[in-house]
Amino acid sequence: MTLRTTTLGAIALAAIVLLAFVPRLANPYYLALAISLLQYTVLATAWGMFSGPTRYVSLATTAFFGVGAYTVAVLGEVLPWPVVLVVAASLGAILAAVVGLSTLRLSGVYFVIFTFGLAELVRQLVVWFEVNKSRVLGRYVFVNVTQSDIYWQLLILAIAVFLIGWLVARSRLGFALRIIGEDETVATHCGINTTIAKVALFTISATIMTIVGAIMAPRWTYIEPSIAFNAMISFQVLIMALLGGAHRLWGPILGAVPLVILFELLSARFPNTFTIILGCIFLLIVYLLPRGVAGLLESGKARWGETFKPRAVA
Amino acid sequence: MTNAILTGLMLGGMYALIAMGLTLQYGVARIMNLSYGEFLIAAAFTAHWLFTGWALSPFVGMAFVVPAAFAVNFAVYKLLLTPLVRRARTRDALEVDSILATFGLTFIVQGSMQSMFGGAYYSYSYLAFPVQVLGETLSANRLAALGITVVLGLALYLALTRTRAGTAIRAVAVDPAAAQLVAINVERTSALTFALGGALVAAAGVLVSTFLTFSASSGVVFTMKALIIVVMGGVGNILGCLIAGLLLGVSEALVASLVDPGLTLAVNFALFLAVLLVKPAGLFGRATR
Amino acid sequence: MGTTITRRMALLASVCAATFGLVATAHAQASLKIGYAISRTGPNTGGAAVTTLPNYELWVKEVNAAGGIKLGDKRVPIEIVQYDDRSNAEEAVRAIERLVNQDKVDFILPPWGTGLNLAVGPTLNREGYPHLAATAVTDRAPELAKRWPNSFWLLGTSADAAKTLVDLLVKLRDDKAIGDTVAMVSIADGFGIDLSSAGRKALTDAKFKLAYDKSYPIGTQDLAPIINEVKALNPDVFIAFSYPPDTLALTEQSRIAGLNPKVFYTGVGTAFPLYRQRFGKNTEGVMGIGGWSGDSPAIKDYLARHKASAANGAEPDRWASAVTYASLQMLQQAIEKVGKVDRAAVIKELQTGTFDTVIGKVKLENNMPTRYWWVGQWQDGEFYGVAPAANEGARKAVVPKPAWVAQ
Repeated sequence: MTLRTTTLGAIALAAIVLLAFVPRLANPYYLALAISLLQYTVLATAWGMFSGPTRYVSLATTAFFGVGAYTVAVLGEVLPWPVVLVVAASLGAILAAVVGLSTLRLSGVYFVIFTFGLAELVRQLVVWFEVNKSRVLGRYVFVNVTQSDIYWQLLILAIAVFLIGWLVARSRLGFALRIIGEDETVATHCGINTTIAKVALFTISATIMTIVGAIMAPRWTYIEPSIAFNAMISFQVLIMALLGGAHRLWGPILGAVPLVILFELLSARFPNTFTIILGCIFLLIVYLLPRGVAGLLESGKARWGETFKPRAVA
Repeated sequence: MTNAILTGLMLGGMYALIAMGLTLQYGVARIMNLSYGEFLIAAAFTAHWLFTGWALSPFVGMAFVVPAAFAVNFAVYKLLLTPLVRRARTRDALEVDSILATFGLTFIVQGSMQSMFGGAYYSYSYLAFPVQVLGETLSANRLAALGITVVLGLALYLALTRTRAGTAIRAVAVDPAAAQLVAINVERTSALTFALGGALVAAAGVLVSTFLTFSASSGVVFTMKALIIVVMGGVGNILGCLIAGLLLGVSEALVASLVDPGLTLAVNFALFLAVLLVKPAGLFGRATR
Repeated sequence: MGTTITRRMALLASVCAATFGLVATAHAQASLKIGYAISRTGPNTGGAAVTTLPNYELWVKEVNAAGGIKLGDKRVPIEIVQYDDRSNAEEAVRAIERLVNQDKVDFILPPWGTGLNLAVGPTLNREGYPHLAATAVTDRAPELAKRWPNSFWLLGTSADAAKTLVDLLVKLRDDKAIGDTVAMVSIADGFGIDLSSAGRKALTDAKFKLAYDKSYPIGTQDLAPIINEVKALNPDVFIAFSYPPDTLALTEQSRIAGLNPKVFYTGVGTAFPLYRQRFGKNTEGVMGIGGWSGDSPAIKDYLARHKASAANGAEPDRWASAVTYASLQMLQQAIEKVGKVDRAAVIKELQTGTFDTVIGKVKLENNMPTRYWWVGQWQDGEFYGVAPAANEGARKAVVPKPAWVAQ
């Protein structure tokens, strides 16, 4: 067991070191692709951290992402960069805590639509405020952040996400959340404060999403609500995490990486029929990979391991 | 004030119309259909094509579009969704699968429309003349849409509460497993209800096309509006759907004329969030699923 | 496995093609590779499909039919690489990076819309490609042109647009054609807010009475409350800085409610052929953003060619379409003058040269044109430019607007 952990740790370390050199080796396009991969990996993993164990499907990703991006748009030229990031993270955390506390009673699809409505509400309020109070809509971000900087920041954030996820899963909080996911009533009867557990994890996950938005913002020069609060981001993250398998910490990355690459290949090869092909591939994935890539790997492993050890029953 | 309320009622009627089909598809057939708005736009395109190409009035066009949509949606359910329904062990699992599958379907329908009609905006003029109601001027096409919504809504409500088939549909909505025990063919009922939902959204698409400008990529707006109304009214509840739609429409019109048109959508979402916080299962929903 | 084989073969084929391509370019420029990423999906599709894409396709078709672009003493055909930016800033930036680094295109045509043009600005600047933004209206244009000397902002600034409109109104008021009550609405996004802020200032400075001044969010599905409110105020002038779907809805609602001010001005979409198709005779006298010199032979010829080339015989819009096509002509003339793929020299040529285009002779100053059409008006089924009045081909504005007729 310790040997396995050490090996895994060594592999992870080697991978991180290798990844850290990407901006030095790759041309700007591969760097851009790597940024995209990291962005969605972090978002999908953060999404899975909360939604995986609790099985609450959230569509609020873009609300937090947008808050991060908008913070940079407003403060980017005024405050030093690290301070901007801290402010963005705090705003995201506060918003998440408020939302978390108010959504406790909702479950299932009500939560799904609520989070979607929340993203739209935040967007509408930002628009209204900009139009009526600051009288500008569409802000320009001219900060000195290079593409390599963005990449490294995202890489550090990705490492942090996996560390946090790993620690949470091993803590009392993670255990509590798994019970909530299985049956919330049972969890309450076990003496778990479901409220605090859910809000805490939701806040952690949302804060990470906010930071991603803040880090990405300097790439676009110009930010307006329809760019920052793009509902497609929520859907893409959801699909990536579900495709990968949200019940494992390492699941979402298995969905994010292939989908980003697939989108890229398809939009390059077939700009005209891109959407139709994408739709067909989607359907194929749903029918052929019912439990996500993680589920496929697990059942594959279980089948191979059958002769050596008793099969784990899901 | 009267004007704002009348406008609001018409807008609300349109919202309710858009959402009725989804409340059936989601409440009874248990398919969270993300491609719903795309089917609405497809019907709008067909109506536009019939009107400009064949000079066929949209109301006559409905006689073709609605049965066609019924057939298409029945086929979609049978071919694409039945395997998922059979596979799903829990309702949660089906929800996730149907989100993914219909998300894929969204791309296919949208891509096909794009290759057929291009990405440009479409719009045509039909029944675009003023009508006097209670001393206020309203547009005839929106008023006609409201009238048809009320008729469809009432017919649906009566069919669901007064007929045998309607009772079967409601039974499936409440508990598919128990419905099976009283000799209801759940799979068949679900398929027919899903198709009925599809037919309703097609009717909505035809009516909406007479007064709104649309393009191949505007479907998602309608999906979202419909989802919000369905959830707000209580999943599977036609009456809730009507009331939630009207509530949103009237509040939007009142805010636009009394407060600030800039806040209409924000108020819409705030109202929706407020309803969910007070009644987590929607206005007419049951507390447990 | 079938898939592995095909994938490998595809890889092999692309490697072959790449090597072949390299060998070919090493000898002589066999073709001119031009790339663009355009919104084929998402909210920007409607604008891109009317204004940008048909013009790119028309231009490429015409140039290749003539044998290609003249480099030195021979003509080379244009080869197109295109992507879908999905109306998304991040995708647009990445697509540009891909065009530059993977496809190694010789020139890049810009995306549609203000937001996306601003998003790809830094990348195109860093890589040294000319950036002819023909569909971006931003008040920061002069500053951006300084910051990115490779960028050309051909559609001007919203402050200028609003000022020209107000100048026209002032002149009409001096002529006693209109009074001084104005109702103004705008869509709540970058474009509408920039214009309405500039308009508000210009109107107040000119001592107009701003009776109504509100904005509405994108995606508003019923604009009747706004129109009813405005009608009750009975203004002389109605100004809407709107987007295509709301431009149609506002006009429709005004007709229904009988709001018929002396000047009726709507935003993007007024200049679209769809507008005339939808409102027929009722377009008469409606003013809007944009316009062109509809009587000029170059424009008439362009209109005919566009109709012949575009799918379903679609007509161009009467504002940014002609500018977009003109930007392509400028690019072509600049490349031909330089005679080789030397992007720095082409940028220099664009900054200093004079070009013969469908919108007349264009000479840029500080990377921006000196003349724009800001106010157009539908007259006898054509959308003529009416202001600035000093522009060649400007028609006299018809005020008051004729009453709406039953359709």
